[in-house]
Amino acid sequence: MSGPSVKIAVRHLSFTYGDHRVLDDNTVDILEGRVTAFIGPSGCGKSTHLRCYNRMFDLYPGHRAEGEILMDGENLLDPAVPALELRQRVGMIFQKPTPFPMSIGDNVAYGLRLKGKISRTELNDRVEAALKSAALWDEVRDKLHEPGTALSGGQQQRLCIARAIAVEPEVLLMDEPCSALDPIATAKIEELIDRLRGRYTVVIVTHNMQQASRVSDRTAFMYLGRLVEVGPTDQLFQNPQCKETDDYITGRFG
Amino acid sequence: MTAAPPAALAAPGSRSPRRRRRGDPLFRGLTRAAAAALLGLVVTMVVLLLIAARPSIDAFGWRFLVTASWNPVTEQFGAVTPIVGTLLSTAIALAAALPVALGIALFLEEICPGPLRTPFSMAIELLAAIPSIVYGMWGLFVLAPLMADHVQPALQATLGRLPLLSHLFAGPPMGIGMLTAGLVLGLMVLPFIASVSGDVLAMVPRQLKESAYGMGATPWEVVRDVMLPYGRKGLFAAVVLGLGRAIGETMAITFVIGNAHRLSASLFAPGNSIASTLANEFTEADGDLYLAALIELGLILFVITFLILGAAQLWLRRMAQPEAGR
Repeated sequence: MSGPSVKIAVRHLSFTYGDHRVLDDNTVDILEGRVTAFIGPSGCGKSTHLRCYNRMFDLYPGHRAEGEILMDGENLLDPAVPALELRQRVGMIFQKPTPFPMSIGDNVAYGLRLKGKISRTELNDRVEAALKSAALWDEVRDKLHEPGTALSGGQQQRLCIARAIAVEPEVLLMDEPCSALDPIATAKIEELIDRLRGRYTVVIVTHNMQQASRVSDRTAFMYLGRLVEVGPTDQLFQNPQCKETDDYITGRFG
Repeated sequence: MTAAPPAALAAPGSRSPRRRRRGDPLFRGLTRAAAAALLGLVVTMVVLLLIAARPSIDAFGWRFLVTASWNPVTEQFGAVTPIVGTLLSTAIALAAALPVALGIALFLEEICPGPLRTPFSMAIELLAAIPSIVYGMWGLFVLAPLMADHVQPALQATLGRLPLLSHLFAGPPMGIGMLTAGLVLGLMVLPFIASVSGDVLAMVPRQLKESAYGMGATPWEVVRDVMLPYGRKGLFAAVVLGLGRAIGETMAITFVIGNAHRLSASLFAPGNSIASTLANEFTEADGDLYLAALIELGLILFVITFLILGAAQLWLRRMAQPEAGR
């Protein structure tokens, strides 16, 4: 059996703002349909690395990325690649749930409406499908008109995942998606990530090593802006190749 | 409180626990007295206004509120013209100021490049610091001629040709009147609405904006779908703040409203507001009834302001409820 193909090939990615160098020569392959986790101590640049994949840094003047991020061979960092369309292909989930100030249904429909005209029935079908994929449908089917902010924190985060997958992105970025949630809600999100495996290429940043080992197929360890080591999750945790990785996962620092 | 901190840890200048305990009721008493004084002041003002307005209230009763005639010679007074003038000029001011103020606030918060932000927001603060009499003079010497020479003729030649709208722009081009007054007022409240709206928009969480951008939304879509709805309570409060200022504004309005006790459908006809009537006529009010009628006008302004602010509070509270879970 030949392995999964490379969805995103990151080559020599560096990131600076002002004189500050946050990422230094990161090179990594993200496999299609797999869950890749980025771990490392706070401030190591793992969130910054993730935010390059949808060019979120474009919003902030003075933030600059160099190198290449090749998604299916196309360099995402090329200014000729329109950021708006890129972000519809690469969805993102944040630390805190971010329901928009609108109804549950409108939240999920948001990206679909941005994409262009869509018939009422198709919209409803796709909202339902997205909510089912996010394991939220049974809890909200009778209250699609209620504000998204009325849901619990864990439900809100699943709503955000439903909103992101409603537009059927190719890649889902998750930036510490459980850091604001309680253990039960966290378990549900992890279960959901497991169900999204195969259909979406998931890249998750987490400060929680147990979480990385539970949900990911591959894990990348970052330290001080460098990508120290990347490999199959089991191998990285049980038999790390670099001393820094070993020190981190055995709790000697970080 | 568990245990008293060891003396070594006590902040410099801190006093003994006993003195601190004695200070607490004193502090509470002082703040309570300050709050009570405020309440007492408001009540006293209403009572004094009521007493002073008594002759007019006795003479005209409720008719005062529905009569438009204002004749010091025959001592017939009615408040309709100034009430309408106050409400209309305020409405024009808000209608003119709100879109511009929102535009300024959004530009500052979302679009303005960093180095320009400080000078720009300072310019807005400066606009708020200009004395109202300067606005009035500007309105009379700059805006009024502009309105007379260009705006009114242009409107009469275009929209004014339509059957019903013609009344709105009728009359000789004098430059002063309700529209000019409303525009000057709008300019005056603009910096207040803009700076409060800016603060409100700055409170929208960065992650919320980023998640809208992350869906592929344009800056305008982020503003329309996320930032404005998220901040709607605060934006409403900003409008109420502007309204509160506009409704009682006196000096600038007196310069440009025309000061005529006449109800007119035309936006270019001279009119009057409560505040400008008081400013103009207080010194020449010779009869007791005349003076009482003016004071009753003041009372009405007080009540209008109170009602509007109260209604705004109620509405804010109603809006707050469905989001209690936030």
